[in-house]
Amino acid sequence: MIATPHVDWFAISTILVLLGSSGIALLGAVLVPKPWRRTFAATVASLGALGGIVTSVWLYVDSANGTRVISDAFYRDRWTALSQVILCAITLGTALLAKEHIVRGDDEHVAEFFALLLASAAGMTFFVGAANLMTLFLSLEWFSIALYVMCAIDYDIEGSLEAGLKYLILGGFGSAGLLFGSALVYGATNRIGFAEIAQSVAQHGLSGDLLLVLGLALILAGLAFKMSAAPFHMWTPDVYVGAPTPVTAFMSSATKVAALVLSFRVLQTAFPQEAHLWTWALAGIAVASLVIGNLAALVQRDVKRLLAYSSISHAGFMLIGLSVGTALGARALMYYLIPYAAMAFGSFAIVAVRERELGVPVTLENLAGFGWERPFLGVAMWFFMFGFAGLPLGGGFVGKFYVLSAAYDHGWTWLVIVGVLATLVSLYYYLGVVRAIYMRPSSELALAGGSPPRETLVNVAVGAALVVSVGSLFAVGPLITLAKHAAATLPF
Amino acid sequence: MSISSFTSVLIWLPIAGALAIWILPLSRYATGALAVLVSLAEVGVWIEQAARFDFGRTGLQFSQNTPWIKDLHVSYHVGEYAFSLWLVGLTVVAMAACVGYGFWVGRDRPRAYFGLMLFLTGATVGVFVAQDLLLFYAFFEAMLIPLYILIGVWGGAGRLGATIKLLIYTMAGSLVMLAALIVYGLKVGTFDLVDAPSSPSRWLFLGFMLAFVIKAPLFPFHGWLPDAYREAPPEVTAVLSGVIAKAGTYGMLRIAIAKFPEPAHYYRTLILALAAAALVYGSILAFRAPDFRGVVAYSSMAQSGLIALGLFSGTTLGYDGAILQMVAHGLISVSLFLLAGTIERRTTTDQFALLGGMARGRPALATLLMTTGIFALAVPGSASFAGEFLILAGSYQRAWWWAVIGAGAIVLAAMYMLRLISAVLHEARGSTVHDEALDLRTGELALIVPLVGVLLALSAWPAAISHHSFAGDVPSAVIAEQFK
Repeated sequence: MIATPHVDWFAISTILVLLGSSGIALLGAVLVPKPWRRTFAATVASLGALGGIVTSVWLYVDSANGTRVISDAFYRDRWTALSQVILCAITLGTALLAKEHIVRGDDEHVAEFFALLLASAAGMTFFVGAANLMTLFLSLEWFSIALYVMCAIDYDIEGSLEAGLKYLILGGFGSAGLLFGSALVYGATNRIGFAEIAQSVAQHGLSGDLLLVLGLALILAGLAFKMSAAPFHMWTPDVYVGAPTPVTAFMSSATKVAALVLSFRVLQTAFPQEAHLWTWALAGIAVASLVIGNLAALVQRDVKRLLAYSSISHAGFMLIGLSVGTALGARALMYYLIPYAAMAFGSFAIVAVRERELGVPVTLENLAGFGWERPFLGVAMWFFMFGFAGLPLGGGFVGKFYVLSAAYDHGWTWLVIVGVLATLVSLYYYLGVVRAIYMRPSSELALAGGSPPRETLVNVAVGAALVVSVGSLFAVGPLITLAKHAAATLPF
Repeated sequence: MSISSFTSVLIWLPIAGALAIWILPLSRYATGALAVLVSLAEVGVWIEQAARFDFGRTGLQFSQNTPWIKDLHVSYHVGEYAFSLWLVGLTVVAMAACVGYGFWVGRDRPRAYFGLMLFLTGATVGVFVAQDLLLFYAFFEAMLIPLYILIGVWGGAGRLGATIKLLIYTMAGSLVMLAALIVYGLKVGTFDLVDAPSSPSRWLFLGFMLAFVIKAPLFPFHGWLPDAYREAPPEVTAVLSGVIAKAGTYGMLRIAIAKFPEPAHYYRTLILALAAAALVYGSILAFRAPDFRGVVAYSSMAQSGLIALGLFSGTTLGYDGAILQMVAHGLISVSLFLLAGTIERRTTTDQFALLGGMARGRPALATLLMTTGIFALAVPGSASFAGEFLILAGSYQRAWWWAVIGAGAIVLAAMYMLRLISAVLHEARGSTVHDEALDLRTGELALIVPLVGVLLALSAWPAAISHHSFAGDVPSAVIAEQFK
């Protein structure tokens, strides 16, 4: 008989809740009659995400001392739990947004979308707690495969299929790199557990070993691919533009959260001896992302593409927090993720609304007058753009202050200056969006979608994002305390 | 409500008003009325605060201190020194007049407009009372957010270019300040302006100063000024030059001089030279400007130079005069820009070539423009004369040639202001001036007369400010000792 390890079911309850609701949504695709399918699946997805929030909050409260569970394959600690809360909240928002906005006019395979959304959320919530290279790779593939399909789900749109295919092929490269890197690290250390890798390196004096360093580099590349940091960002603009906008909203916020949070853990836990290498490597990636993301965004007219480049530049900012590899950096990263995720999700949700109204891709030109036609969404977009730009209209301001402080604290004044310059450049295009929605006269734009529908759910989702992004400015203290406790379980 | 929360009320009352206006579906009239009411309530709170202010006491008054970001020692620390009290007073009075002006002319999209004006009020008050570097920075930046939209939506034809210039210029300065304040705050271990020790770092000093000289602006950082002042709606220009520019000179005093005494000493000649350049160059440009707003815009730059001259002279008289001049010039320039607005409404232009002869049949307009104009040229006996005299006396103590340059600029001021007055009021009647263009109406008088009244009062008793800006009237000692 095979000996099975003891399973701490509570530790993986969030994942189970999400997976369970994914299964129910999938059943709905078959059993629920077509007219009710959309509502049913969206409800299941929202409830599942809510349930996930509840269990992960509970897990946060109940896991003050971080432990590894299930044969040391999964971390039950606050770093995991807090990121799970963020991920589930994004999933909830996406479910609300997708109710009206995903594969419109075709309810045939809408329930599958929600099942996939929940499945990928489950994968991400598992990913952030991964404790060895095996669970890391498995969960990465788990959520990625779901995302590939989600990108391509609206196959009536040409761009959607293309996006899915592009993401699949390039994502395949990223995963292959990560897998190969893991193999090299295993080859060098004979271990797959993060903590054991560090132990083995320390015991056998493997620091600087060629295989180990090469493996680390490949793992970093694979993770940077998922967080769409330059120079591994090539897929981002095309996929973000082509994918159905709710999927873009989900990817730009959730995937980044998962990848950044996990990267911090892997680097801190498994490769502390190589810190002198990866801090510099990540600082380099951060600078590349800031430069490429901001400069490329300057010339974009398509709003989704502009936001895609903006997300690359924000990956750069968050990587600053990651690259310094200190407790302050960890807090900065965790804090930054909260307003960032809210703003990224919210801004893409607003783009989705405009897209539906117009029936064509949203450009800066056809955003004209949007702010006056839809006062609430306009104000929200205004807040998100200024928040992205680091003006004190939301937590983005404190986030930037925090990561730059972490950089200075680490002794990297030059990185502070790069961050400041990048912010200055970014102002131009963020203000461009605000200019478009408020200051350009709305020309005779044909509203293909007819008069604006009353989308209570989208308004609720955007409103929640707005509350989080503005609230995080005022609630810095409590949020930092949460982040501090979350980071406390990481070794520094 | 304890007394110390007055300062917070001054910040958050208008912001709450802005939220109420954005959320409540009020009619056009009710929106404007509510906004005016809130800004008048601001003035009321400020008067109450000024009445309770103890000018003899050193140190911060009406202060509140709550931790904001604990692990980096950032706090929500607000409070007022005597001189910040005067600047807050300038802000609330000027904002009330400008909000009233917006109400009087009936701005389009009133809910957005009045909400933003109130938001701007709160943010500007915040700049003058913040006693924490990050909080100061947050309010300093927050002022830009409503300004951007106010100019971009309600401005003139060239508004889009003007807003971009304004934002890029000022943000360039303030982001450098952000870098400087992170370095400074983390180095000394606190972001609290009262607790933080002074620093000898010249780089940090320059980082802070860049933001302030752009905001003020001093030569050669005034590239954003002509476009912004010409394209913004008149009441927003009034706020920009009357109040927001003062945030720059306030920052020089509160942060650059108080926290970096050694670098301030080291760079004194450089900054005095920049200030003198702003003063002279601004005055010459004002003399050459072909339009009402151009003259007042460049004269604001000249006045910022004069104020900086007073501050960096580092003398008691210079400090006192600078504070008085900030308030006096703030009120003058608000009045002038609002008058420019009333003239533009009657004639559709502010080009001198198209104006002229407006005094005939319009006694109220003529009287007010004339009075404000001679205040602006610092006629002896006026509040601005007192301010300029103190500044010149202070800079004379530093070195005689600064005073000579300053005195020369005052002659230039007389030239451009008299040119403005005669081009608008006298000379041949301009092609856009019609008989149907009436004299100032009651509503307009109700806005501008109080401002001029305050100026008259200050002219009668300039010591109200100049002797009550620093405890014990020993500014050098206050700046050197009690700001720490």
